[in-house]
Amino acid sequence: MPDTQALVNDFLNKLKKRKIEGSQATAKQTAELLRSVISQTRMPYTNQAAALIHSVKAVGERLIAANPVELAVGNVVRRVLHIIREEDLSLTTAAMAGLNLSAESDDEDDTDRDNHPALSAAAIAAASRSTLRPPSLQTLLEDVPDSAAVPHTSSSGGDSEGKSKSADKSSRSRKLKHDVIEAVNELIQDISTCHELIAEQAVEHIHQKEVILTLGSSRTVLEFLCAAKEKKRSFRVFVAEGAPRYQGHLLAKELVTRGLQTTLITDSAVFAMISRVNMVIVGAHAVMANGGVIAPVGLNMVALAAQKHAVPFVVLAGSHKLCPLYPHHPEVLLNELRSPSELLDFGEFSDCLDFGSGIGAPLLHVVNPTFDYVPPKLVSLFITDTGGHNPSYMYRLIADYYSADDLVLERRTASGN
Amino acid sequence: MDPRRTARTVSDPKVRQVGFFTPAPPERSISDPPRFQDPIQPPSPSPTQVNDHSPSGNSLSPVMIPPAHHHSDNFLRTALQVTSPTKAFSYSAKTVTIPPENEDVASSFSPGRKVVSAKSPSSFPGVKASSVPASELTTVSVVNLPPGISEKAGGASVEVQNDRPVSAKTLKEKTSKAERRALQEAQRAAKAAAKAEGTKASSAASKVVTSANTKPSKAAKSSSQKNDGSQVAASEKKGGDRAPEKDRKKDAPHPRMQYDDKSRVEKAKKRAVVKQTEARNRVELFRHLPQYEHGTQLPDLETKFFELDPMHPAVYKVGLQYLSGDIRGGNARCIAMFQAFKEAIKDYSTPPEKTLIRDLTARISSYVSFLIECRPLSISMGNAIKFLKNRIAKLPLALSESEAKSTLMLDIDRFINEKIILSEKVIVKHAVTKIQDGDVLLTYGASSVVEMILLHAHELGKHFHVVVVDSRPKLEGQLLLRRLVRKGLSCTYTHVNAVSCIMQDVTRVFLGASSVLSNGTVYSRVGTACVAMVAHAFRVPVLVCCEAYKFHERVQLDSICFNELGNPDAISKVQGREEINYLDGLVNQENLQLLNLIFHPQVCLSL
Repeated sequence: MPDTQALVNDFLNKLKKRKIEGSQATAKQTAELLRSVISQTRMPYTNQAAALIHSVKAVGERLIAANPVELAVGNVVRRVLHIIREEDLSLTTAAMAGLNLSAESDDEDDTDRDNHPALSAAAIAAASRSTLRPPSLQTLLEDVPDSAAVPHTSSSGGDSEGKSKSADKSSRSRKLKHDVIEAVNELIQDISTCHELIAEQAVEHIHQKEVILTLGSSRTVLEFLCAAKEKKRSFRVFVAEGAPRYQGHLLAKELVTRGLQTTLITDSAVFAMISRVNMVIVGAHAVMANGGVIAPVGLNMVALAAQKHAVPFVVLAGSHKLCPLYPHHPEVLLNELRSPSELLDFGEFSDCLDFGSGIGAPLLHVVNPTFDYVPPKLVSLFITDTGGHNPSYMYRLIADYYSADDLVLERRTASGN
Repeated sequence: MDPRRTARTVSDPKVRQVGFFTPAPPERSISDPPRFQDPIQPPSPSPTQVNDHSPSGNSLSPVMIPPAHHHSDNFLRTALQVTSPTKAFSYSAKTVTIPPENEDVASSFSPGRKVVSAKSPSSFPGVKASSVPASELTTVSVVNLPPGISEKAGGASVEVQNDRPVSAKTLKEKTSKAERRALQEAQRAAKAAAKAEGTKASSAASKVVTSANTKPSKAAKSSSQKNDGSQVAASEKKGGDRAPEKDRKKDAPHPRMQYDDKSRVEKAKKRAVVKQTEARNRVELFRHLPQYEHGTQLPDLETKFFELDPMHPAVYKVGLQYLSGDIRGGNARCIAMFQAFKEAIKDYSTPPEKTLIRDLTARISSYVSFLIECRPLSISMGNAIKFLKNRIAKLPLALSESEAKSTLMLDIDRFINEKIILSEKVIVKHAVTKIQDGDVLLTYGASSVVEMILLHAHELGKHFHVVVVDSRPKLEGQLLLRRLVRKGLSCTYTHVNAVSCIMQDVTRVFLGASSVLSNGTVYSRVGTACVAMVAHAFRVPVLVCCEAYKFHERVQLDSICFNELGNPDAISKVQGREEINYLDGLVNQENLQLLNLIFHPQVCLSL
């Protein structure tokens, strides 16, 4: 635990200080951190999943609070929780299937945690009931299942007692953890390879002699365009520089070194050039449940221009960017304001930034937001590692990746642990 | 020689009109330069005179004041005007001894005549009128000595001029009819080419002319003729179109200089005063617009300061200010230009044997072409120049020189006062009624009118907040911001990408314009359309403030057919933030192009 604590604190610091850039890196590190948290969790014999969930939630809450704007953190936390639940579910179903209904008393389960010998059929049935039961008002009001009124153990057949049972017990507990960790590894793998999967679809969308517009720099877009270039599609790219970070310069440089015809334009010229563009391809910071996109600043303008000129607006996003939350007032709540020094030179404007004199209220505000919200009606297509989707379809993907229980991560104070 | 020449020139209006179709004696051109200008030149290389001058002469005679329009956006035109008038004047100077000649020219002067202008466009794709026409004329004439060449020259020009018959005669004696015909074709082609070179050129130009001329004369007449023929065909077509369409000219704008045509660009370059190196890696889509490497012109111009004799120092100064970007904005540029012209007019004295009107107009045109070289004209400046030339043309001939000059200066003052200053005041008065207490006003870039509106509203005691939106690469909003904050307005500053975040809080948007075109399109700085579009999406009212003298009858749909291309290096370097140097050393790579648009029309349908 202390190891994990140190790791967690370290990661928290990095998040708070915004030292980690990019949702992919953040997601990966979060997943790895949670993996170590899981492997370090002491598993009770009953209700293991609940224990795991609890520990993951504890850490996850803190991570999200460190950087609420970095939605990838929350996404990964919820993914892991979903994994835990799913693994639990699958093991329970297996247990149910191979259930050997040996009668055991219920009482033992409650008292004896470590030497838990027998799993009565009733216990198993009860356990599976709790797992398989759809969320009802009763369960919600019951307060978290980790109070373990019902023995919640996964078992792979309660056929033997005693030693075998304890062996099973530990093996059962290990199995859950094992499965979960395996699944989390898979998740990390997915996060790392999302670019390739998305880039594979490039050939379907980019044809010959196309003109593509993009803004800022996104690794997904870079890989996407290069994949198309590999397949010998000839096209040219307009890159808008993406003030105030000017990442478009980086992207242009990269594209040029890979041999693509690139033109660098200022953001204000986007509207001028968009009439000659065939497609707009951009990356996203996060995709919300309604299909809206949290994207680098300036993309709302590009999306509006694209809609006006009937140019398809394609968003590339890995599945770790899909967030199950709905955006409420995203320009304010899901946005970060950065330093004005990127826009104004303090030295030049020192006379205007003089707050102490006269009125007292500052005359000059500088607004430097990091993100823009693009409403779903402006997006033509989402390309994720699972394929291309409509914005209105994104909510379905949420059901695949997340559980409804996890949407609110704050633990209720009444829960007993 | 002279009497014959002048007589000839006077007598043949037809030739003058059509331009390069009829062989004309090149002598005139020959004789003119030497007489007028210069010490350098032997007095009469008449037979050798090449038509290159004739073209100039042609363009010269009728057109002093091109009909009604389009100076501003028509490089070609201004170039033409510049070249033609100067030439004309030099010619008239030379032939000045013959009054009918002058009259002729004067009559051909009348604004209606498109002929010359017609001719000129084809001949001067180059745009850049040099400020030293006369000397160049001479140099060219000197160079083009070989008779064969001169005959060719004879082909096109309107000028026709006196010289023609002489050379024509001599040539005719030498060659057979068929050969002559072939030669003529070649000449026409060469003429078209030569026109581009114009009289201005440096010797380099003349060399080119000679080469062009010699080519047809030498061998392979057919092949070269074909080449030239295509050129000629193009120019002929233009000329042909022009001539008949004289009356309709008023409606259709002049075709502008086609920068995607290499040959024309070459010619234009030769004539240029300001040496501009073309940028490498030009964007395909914008090949029809000039793109130069900035930073190379200033030192060059500075060295030429004392050499450019005909250029008035005030105009020179204004040109340099344009080039370096010290003066920005339609109104400021216009006023600066007019102040410089006032100085020039004040110091102007009519050279002997010339009329004030024509000479002055020619001179103004040469100044204008110089200014264009420094920075393409804005539409407001074009309208202003048109006004000025109109005033000059309308000067009664009976006025003495000083009276004429003072009248002109008064006219200029009145223009500045009425059209610029007073109209700004009226606009401000109207616009402040649209501002209420508690408003949040958004403005883009630095427009002088909008700034005045905001300051005036603040003086009236209204409480409002201003959002200044800025964009790269010029970052003009910072200047506006500083001025507003100094005066005590509370402001918010942001960049154009963030405009959709900030638009929710905005109640009104005020935009300035460089011009309003006749299909309702507002032509202004690049990025204005973005702001207007986002405002429209958020249902915020947009008000565009533009003085009436900036209105123009052109139409334009997108920003690609006409625009101004700025310095591409301004994009790769971010001012004030040296750490952003990703593109160092990459600028000259083949695949990478930097595009820096300056203007942008926004179609009002969306508003």
